[in-house]
Amino acid sequence: MSSLPSAPTRVPFWRDVRVLRWAFQLVVLALVFALLFWLYGNYQANVAKSSIPTNLRFLDNPSNFTIPGNDLDQSAPVRDAFYQGFLNTLQVAIAGIVFATILGTLVGIARLSKNFLVRTIAAAYVEVIRNIPLLLLLTFMNLAVVLQTFPRIEEAWLPLDLFVISNRGIAIPWFIGSAPILLAVGAAAILAAWATGKIRARISDATGKPARAGLYAFAVFALIALSGWVALGYTVTLPFVDDRATDGGFRLDPSFFALLVTLVIYTSSHIAEIVRGSIMAVPRGQGEAADALALKPGVKMRLVILPQAFRIAMPAVGNQYLNLIKNSSLGATISYFELTQIAQITVGNGSPAVPAFTLTLLVYLAISLITSVIVNFFNRRLALVER
Amino acid sequence: MTWMRRNLFRSWWDGILSLVFGALAVYVVWALVNFVFVTGRWEIIEVNLTLLLVGRFPAEELWLVGASIVGLAFWISAASSSFTQPVENKRPWGARILDAVQRFGLLAGLGLLLIVLAEGMTPIYWALAIVGGIVAGRALGATRRAFAWVGKIPALVWHALLIAAPVTLIALTLTRSTLDSWGGFLINFYIAIISIVLSFPLGVLLALGRRSTLPIVRLLSTTYIELIRGAPLFVLLLLAGVALEFFVPVDLAPGPIFRAVTVFTLFTAAYVAEIVRGGLQSVAKGQTEAGKALGLNTSKVTFLITLPQALRNVIPAQIGQFISLFKDTTLAGAALSVLEVLNIGTAITKQDDFLGQGYIYESLAFVGLLFWVGSYVMSRESQRLEKRLGVGQR
Repeated sequence: MSSLPSAPTRVPFWRDVRVLRWAFQLVVLALVFALLFWLYGNYQANVAKSSIPTNLRFLDNPSNFTIPGNDLDQSAPVRDAFYQGFLNTLQVAIAGIVFATILGTLVGIARLSKNFLVRTIAAAYVEVIRNIPLLLLLTFMNLAVVLQTFPRIEEAWLPLDLFVISNRGIAIPWFIGSAPILLAVGAAAILAAWATGKIRARISDATGKPARAGLYAFAVFALIALSGWVALGYTVTLPFVDDRATDGGFRLDPSFFALLVTLVIYTSSHIAEIVRGSIMAVPRGQGEAADALALKPGVKMRLVILPQAFRIAMPAVGNQYLNLIKNSSLGATISYFELTQIAQITVGNGSPAVPAFTLTLLVYLAISLITSVIVNFFNRRLALVER
Repeated sequence: MTWMRRNLFRSWWDGILSLVFGALAVYVVWALVNFVFVTGRWEIIEVNLTLLLVGRFPAEELWLVGASIVGLAFWISAASSSFTQPVENKRPWGARILDAVQRFGLLAGLGLLLIVLAEGMTPIYWALAIVGGIVAGRALGATRRAFAWVGKIPALVWHALLIAAPVTLIALTLTRSTLDSWGGFLINFYIAIISIVLSFPLGVLLALGRRSTLPIVRLLSTTYIELIRGAPLFVLLLLAGVALEFFVPVDLAPGPIFRAVTVFTLFTAAYVAEIVRGGLQSVAKGQTEAGKALGLNTSKVTFLITLPQALRNVIPAQIGQFISLFKDTTLAGAALSVLEVLNIGTAITKQDDFLGQGYIYESLAFVGLLFWVGSYVMSRESQRLEKRLGVGQR
C-alpha cells in the first residue's frame, strides 16, 4: 500500500518569519528598556547622593518671587506661579497666532501682486526675516528697539493721543467693564453673524439674488456688539501719562510687546511663504474660469482663489502655529514671565530641576496636542470630500 | 514708460499702492545706507572681530582653523564639481560668470567685508588660500571627468581621499585646543555640522521604524518623534543644562558644548525622521514590488532600492533642516552659556569702552548679517539643487 504523502515539514522556528518578527521586536524593546533603566538608575543614584527630591511636592512650596502684573506675592505656592506662567504663555500665543495669520496672509498675497514694488518689498521682507535666527530678532527687538529706541516715559511718544509708547511699555486704548461678559457678547455677535451669513446664502441659492453674506453678517455683528456695549455700560479709556507712569488704557509690558511683535514678524514670514505656495497650487483653470465669468480681481481672489488656497495651506499653517507656541518659550530670555521663565526661576530658587522642567515640557506637549486637534478639526471640515 | 504703466500704475488704486510702498522703500533704503556708512560706529566690530568669529580660541592655533576652512572649501568644491554635468560647460562664459556671481557674490562680499574690518595682510593671504583651495578642488573634479582611469576610482574611495584633509585638520585642531575654548561663529557652524551628521543615522532609523510593519518598533519610533516634536528646543536645552549630569555616570561631567550637541542631535533626529519618511513615501510603490519580484528580502529592498531613492529626494529638505538648526544654535548661548556669536555680540556691548552707548545696533546688525548671508546662500543653493534633482517633477 502506498504511503500517504508526508506532512509538509515545518519550517524550523529560527527561520519562521513570524517568530523572527517578534524576536526582533523583543530585542529592540529590551534594548530601549535597558537604555531607559540605565538612565533612570543613574538619575536615582545621582539624585540620592545629593538628596534632591524627585516628586512634584515642590509645587506647594512658597515661590519666593513675584510676577509683574498680578497680585501673587512671594508666599504664593509655586503651583500658582506655574499657572500664571501658563496663562501668560497662552496670552502671547493666542495674540501671536491671530496677528501672524493676518500679516502672513497679507504678505503672502502681496508676494504675488502684479505691482512690482509691492511684490519686491514683500519678497525682501520674507527673505530677510526667514534667514535670521529668531533669538537674534527677539534680542534686537528687546534691547535695541524697546529698551533703547523707545523714549523714556517723560518724553513718551503719543501717536494720535491714542497710544503711549515708552520704554516702560505700550499703553493702548481699552474698555472699562467686565472682560468675560464682553467676550460673551462678542461670541454671541459672531454666532449671530455666522447664522445670518448662512441664511443669506440659502436665500441666494433659492432666489438667485446676490447673497452679500459678508455685508449682512457684519451689520448683524456690529448691531449686537454695539447694543451690548451701550446697554451694559461699557466705556473706552484712553491711556495718558500721569507723573512718570501711564494711567488709563491697558498697558502692555515691554517684554510682552517685544516677544509678541517678534513672534508675529517671524511666523508671518513663514506663513507668507505657505500662503504664496498654496495660492500658486490652486489649479490655473480656477482663476481662468473666474476671469471668464468676468469677476473683478478682488472678488476672484476672495471667492475663488483664497478659499481653495486655505484648504491647501491649513496643515502647514497649523504646523507654524505649533512652532509659534513652542517659540514663545524664548520669552524667558527677555524676562517675559511665561512658563519657561517661571520654571527657570523656580529651579534657580531650589526646586528640583528634572521634575520642574518635565512638568513644563508636558504642559507644552498638552498645548501642542490641543492645538493640533483644533487644526485637524478645521482641516477635516475644509478638506475636499473625495469620492 | 510701458514697464511703469504695466507694473506700477495699472489702476488708480495700484498707483496709490506704488506711491506708498515706493516712499517706504526709499525711506528704508536711505535709513540703511545712512546707518551703514554714516551713523554706524563699526569700531566695536573691528575691535572684537576675532572674538565674534572664533571666541576665545587660542591665537597661536588660529592657523589651524584657517587651514581647516581651506580644506573644507577644497573638499566642497571638488565634491560638487565631480558631479557637474558636462552640459553646463557649453554655456557662454558671460552667463557662467553671472551665474557664479548670483550664487556666491554674497559670500564673497561678506569675505571682503571681513577683510576690510580685520585690517592687515593676514586675512588677505587666507582669502587667497581659500580661493586657491576652491580652484584646486575644481581642477581635481575636472580631472576625474577628463581622465578615464581617475574616473574608475570608486566614489566612496574618492570622497574618503578628499575629505581626509579637512577631517585631519579638524581633529588636529581639537587635539591642540580644548573644545570649550571654541566659540563665536565658528562654534555655531560646527555645532550645526556635528549635530546634523550625528542625527542623520538616528533619523533614518526612526523613519524606517515609523514605517515598519512591526507594531512595537513603530510605536516606539512614533512616540519618540512626536514627543520631541511637541517639546520646545529651548526648554530641552535648559533641561540639559541643569539635568544632563544626573542621567550619565558622574565621571563624564559633560561641558556646555557637549550638552548642546547632545540636545541638538536628539532633537534634529526627530525632524530628520519626518523628512526621510516623506522621502520614503514619495518612492513609487512599484519600486518595492519590483524588488520583491526579484526575490530580495525586506532589508535588501529597503537599503538597496527605496532608501537610496528616498534620500536623494530629500536632500533639499535636509538642507532646509540644516539651515534651521544653524539658526537655532544661537539658543545654546542663551540656555547653556556657550560662547556662540549672538552671546558674544550682546556681551561686547557691555565692555568698558562701549557700555551704555547703544552699540547694540551695530553689534546685532553684524551678527545678523553673518547668519543672513549663510542661511540665504544655503537656501538659494538648495532651491537650485531641487530644480536639478527634479523633485516632484517625475
